[in-house]
Amino acid sequence: MSAPVAPPEVEPLAVAEPAPVSAKPPMVCIRPPRAWEALDLSGLWRFRDLLLALAVRDIKLRYRQTVLGVLWVILQPLLGAGIFAFVFGRVARLDSGGQPYVLFAYAGLLAWNLFNGVVLKASGSLVANAPLVSKVFFPRLLLPFSGVISALLDFGIALVVGEILLLISGQPPTVSLLMAPLWLFFSPAAGHRRRLALRGAGGRLSRRESTSCPVALQFLLYASPVGYTIAIIPAGLPRLLYKLNPLAPFIEGFRVSLLGHGLIGVRSSTYACFMAVVIFLAGLIVFRRMERQFADVI
Amino acid sequence: MSSDTVISVRNIGKTFRIASTQHRATTLAELVAQKLRKPFTRHSRETEFEALHDVSFEVDRGEVLGIIGRNGAGKSTLLKILSQITPPTRGEIDLHGRVGALLEVGTGFHPELTGRENIYLNGAILGMNRREIDREFDSIVAFAETEQFLDVPVKRYSSGMYVRLAFSVAAHLRPDILIVDEVLAVGDLAFQRKCLGKMGEIAREEGRAVLLVSHNAAAVRALCERAILLDRGRVVHDGEVNDVLRSYLDIEPSGAAVLTWTETNAPREGGFRYRSVAVLNSRGEPASVLSHDEPFTIRLEYELDRPLPGLRVGFLMQTTEGVEVCGSNDVHVADEETRQPGRKFSECRFPAHLLNEGRYQLRFGADVPHGPVYILTPYCLEFSVEDHERHGESRYRLPGVLRPALHWAIDSTSPAIG
Repeated sequence: MSAPVAPPEVEPLAVAEPAPVSAKPPMVCIRPPRAWEALDLSGLWRFRDLLLALAVRDIKLRYRQTVLGVLWVILQPLLGAGIFAFVFGRVARLDSGGQPYVLFAYAGLLAWNLFNGVVLKASGSLVANAPLVSKVFFPRLLLPFSGVISALLDFGIALVVGEILLLISGQPPTVSLLMAPLWLFFSPAAGHRRRLALRGAGGRLSRRESTSCPVALQFLLYASPVGYTIAIIPAGLPRLLYKLNPLAPFIEGFRVSLLGHGLIGVRSSTYACFMAVVIFLAGLIVFRRMERQFADVI
Repeated sequence: MSSDTVISVRNIGKTFRIASTQHRATTLAELVAQKLRKPFTRHSRETEFEALHDVSFEVDRGEVLGIIGRNGAGKSTLLKILSQITPPTRGEIDLHGRVGALLEVGTGFHPELTGRENIYLNGAILGMNRREIDREFDSIVAFAETEQFLDVPVKRYSSGMYVRLAFSVAAHLRPDILIVDEVLAVGDLAFQRKCLGKMGEIAREEGRAVLLVSHNAAAVRALCERAILLDRGRVVHDGEVNDVLRSYLDIEPSGAAVLTWTETNAPREGGFRYRSVAVLNSRGEPASVLSHDEPFTIRLEYELDRPLPGLRVGFLMQTTEGVEVCGSNDVHVADEETRQPGRKFSECRFPAHLLNEGRYQLRFGADVPHGPVYILTPYCLEFSVEDHERHGESRYRLPGVLRPALHWAIDSTSPAIG
């Protein structure tokens, strides 16, 4: 520091009454990390303002930087739905259960984009915020969570557009729409665990992950019933195997709720929710174990 | 431990594991290939590096403690542990009160966001909640003197405005324990003083503890009454600031400015080979820290395998910020006899009172014009010059690269110097 450091010229005016602090237990105890540690929920709660600030930053930047802004959020699933409708509906002539294929694919893409957005934003959040991680203390878990919030906003906007499309096509929203938020709740949870698991596997390989992740997602997009329905998978063993992908019931369930057509399998849904929770928790544990080393690795 | 102790650090140690990059897979394909070939060996070999050993100290409320040490002494590591960015490997720390760590000014500032948005974001990052920021908002803005630009993205700010705003948010942070890195070296002088005054005010009036980390002796002397000296990861002195600073300047610099090449990695060409280069203080010892009022020497050691008439050996110097300072070689003293085969030293003596306080780096060259030798190393040797007197009441650094002792005279008739 080569600053001209003038000693502060302010005289101590009135020394504040020093309360005997050490009588109280210390507010912060820094200890070497143990292998297993409980999640510090109170810490997360204390930093809720930061969580909000980070999410608001992401959202503002996203909608301010691109000229298309909001338009892009709408266009992306629309274009995607158009392509799926053409490839799967026109060319491959797959069955959409009697619904307009564009709408059908749009509903699938909505759910998929939410998952996709959550995974990408959350898994990239640590590397993207590396300067923060190496300079400031806060619960690292805030970073992926803030990514999830901004992904949810994108989803919300696209959902409104979807409703408008439904109205235009003369299909008033049905009661089953009320089910949609339920899927909405579980889908990010599913996304969450995936990025957490990825992050865990990442750890030291954090930068590599950002390259392998899109490839895995690309594969998953076609392995999930986004552009087609589960019904076209041959019943029996193939469909059973197919349903091992916990994402499949989410996307189907969300689509059924949105469009008001079709059935939701109780068993497969239960399985998917169970998997989401399990993998989410597993991801959380791995994240916790890796968390304390992030500043050293990034 | 007295009842006023707010920071208690007990036997802190930190070991870094450094994975050697040679055996480490950098892509997934490589990793898979490695695992397939030798599935049971661990492929990333790690070496351990002890950054801190057994560091203990306590700080009372209202106290401003300076932590001083050379580069690599462990200051930054200690700071990162205290601010919970990285965990210790051993030991315990208790902190009584809210901790605010200022490792950098403007962490998290985003160029696309406006001044107002950045105040809220940066405040939240530094640990203020929304209510606190609301309360301090006007005062932050007034302090930074950027009222008119509040709703302009900070990418359009001048660098001075940017730093002022960032600084202002930090200066309004009100933790019980404030940890400050050498961040105060930015911004214009008047504003820096304003900030330090503000922090001192908060520390004194409200009895907060401040930890100031620096390698600048003058800054620590001005702000702290007590200091601890870190050397190679250990506390070697804890006491009154002037005593500690004395031992700081006495200890053998851990990074003595010497660079010795081995047989295999030495820069060589056409029968010329470098052996070592060094910066020597006025006592002829290798030193990486020099006082501005002592002469010093740059010594180049090399070997000739055969006679090299016309050989020139020399160096180029710049500041660590990249300002070119000078270059020189031994062409004027070289002759037939000095360029015969064998081990040689070329020494260049610098007078006292030449370089200003600052950090400098050197690169080394050797050539025979239109001949068999042309060597120019990268910048590979660093040293710093310290100015213990400094200037005027507030002891600030004079501007510029040079700090010459010039002859002045005052007389009522002109010319004063005859």
